[in-house]
Amino acid sequence: MAVKGDYMGMALSIDDLDGENLGYFKHCAEHNFHLQKCDDCSLLRYPPTTACPFCASGNSTWTPVEGKGAVYSYLEVHHAIQPAFKAKTPYMVLLVDLDTQRGQPSPDDALRVVANLTLPNGEFAPPDVVKSVGIGTRVRMVFSDVGDGLALPQWTIDETATQPAAPWRYAQE
Amino acid sequence: MPLPADTDVSTPKYLRDKYAIVGIGETSYTRGSGKTTRALGTWALRNAIADAGLKPSDIDGMLSYSGNDSTPSTFMAGDIGARLNFYMDCMGGGSSTEALIGIAVGVMEGGLCNCVAIFRAMNGFSQVRIGGTGARSAAPVNGDMLHNRAYGWQSAGQSFAPTFMRHMYEYGTKPEQVAMVKVVHSEHASNNPKAYYKKRFTVDEVVSSRIICKPLHLLDCCVETDNGTAIIVTSAERAKDLRHKSPLIRGIVGRCSKPRLDMHYQHGPISRVAGYYAKDILWPNAGVGPEDIDAVGAYDAFTFTSMLQLEDYGFCKKGEGGEYVSSGITRLGGKRPQNTSGGHLCEAYTHGMNMVIENVRQLRHDVDDYCPIGPDGKRQHTFDYREGGCRQVKNIEVTANLGWANPATGSAMVMRRGF
Repeated sequence: MAVKGDYMGMALSIDDLDGENLGYFKHCAEHNFHLQKCDDCSLLRYPPTTACPFCASGNSTWTPVEGKGAVYSYLEVHHAIQPAFKAKTPYMVLLVDLDTQRGQPSPDDALRVVANLTLPNGEFAPPDVVKSVGIGTRVRMVFSDVGDGLALPQWTIDETATQPAAPWRYAQE
Repeated sequence: MPLPADTDVSTPKYLRDKYAIVGIGETSYTRGSGKTTRALGTWALRNAIADAGLKPSDIDGMLSYSGNDSTPSTFMAGDIGARLNFYMDCMGGGSSTEALIGIAVGVMEGGLCNCVAIFRAMNGFSQVRIGGTGARSAAPVNGDMLHNRAYGWQSAGQSFAPTFMRHMYEYGTKPEQVAMVKVVHSEHASNNPKAYYKKRFTVDEVVSSRIICKPLHLLDCCVETDNGTAIIVTSAERAKDLRHKSPLIRGIVGRCSKPRLDMHYQHGPISRVAGYYAKDILWPNAGVGPEDIDAVGAYDAFTFTSMLQLEDYGFCKKGEGGEYVSSGITRLGGKRPQNTSGGHLCEAYTHGMNMVIENVRQLRHDVDDYCPIGPDGKRQHTFDYREGGCRQVKNIEVTANLGWANPATGSAMVMRRGF
């Protein structure tokens, strides 16, 4: 059944036919992170796809994955394009390497999962928190509820992890 | 630099120098064209046909590209009075120019038609803003887009930024080095009467302009303009009877990509761009290498896009792009000037067309700068590259265009001066 939500002034939706995204977000709605695991080559993949990008198999099983990793790259938006994001600037979009399957199937590959930097409650991180995060920062996944049966994965600083002394940040503050 | 003798390569080379770009045309580069994209495209095509010395009825193939922000070939064909034997309107932005020239060569080689006009018409400022602002900015988010747009990760700058940032992290690339791309292209634009921005900028002005999306300052980003542009491709044989000594197409690679186009950041290193793969098609097909190129059009939607492509096509070592673009090599008067019209950063945003058009003019040895026009109707180039002067590259024989769609997809073309 189609899923709808409303978030940051945008209508979000997943069509009835979109089994891959319905499957992914069904688990997100329960604040669980699942990825498709290929039934043939056993590799996980992100984002949801129809077939395995590594072996083209059409068979996969939704599998729980630990939502933990380190920031691999990021951007920090000061001039927002989408209207509702203007009130949230500066906001970060993090590209996070999951610990799970890092370096597979080739050494520079990883499950690189995109989300905003938020507080543990899923609200956008304020400027002082933004300034503390860079490449190498350890993060954990939380969820923002954005509709009935729809939640978005988000990243927040992992308070329990050992953090790098100075995560790499762009030169100009 | 003279073109080296053909080298023995494994890729078929029989199309080398067999097709030519015989006509180029553009409208003025403005903000607020006051015209439909149909009118912009029509005028650009008419200008290109006249430039070639052709009649509209000589055009029997047409190609265009857009992001649903243009008018299709069917209307243009009517407006110029051409009956077509082949036409196709493709989805796409940057990297389409060279790719569509490749398609044009392919369909002519296949005997489908004889003379192809390619156009891109866009009100990139006054209608569909290229930066993604305006009507498109709050559009509904469905399905696969939930993994990007829902996070405020939407515009070109935002989409590409993880690559730019990671390059700085891995190689220590400095904002001041990258800013030199804008500085140099702005110098070139100051010698181009049709450039939208003719002002020369300094490194300090670039790095002190406001941050749009780290690591991009406002002046790291290209201009948004309204314009129509057109290119006419036909056989080298037919080109001999036409108006200009037309540049010949040496080799093309079209929309070559990195793995995982569905989400290319899954495959690293993400500081690597599509040129890493495209170079292995481009150079063998063209029978030349980066060292043979006299001038480059390196897609500058952003300062970074130019620099990253120069690295992965082999103009410098990976990671040394910052040094390369700061070295003076890329300036007019330098060893390998680039984006001599000012490119997307300064002249206009055309999704790649103006950089091919510029290299065609360069190879004709007849760029439209501020030099005086002689009795033969051609400019008497002074090769004095100071502001408001010349922008013709001296004795130019071979050019490269490096087209960019995104970090994971690129196109490229090598042209040589006609006989």
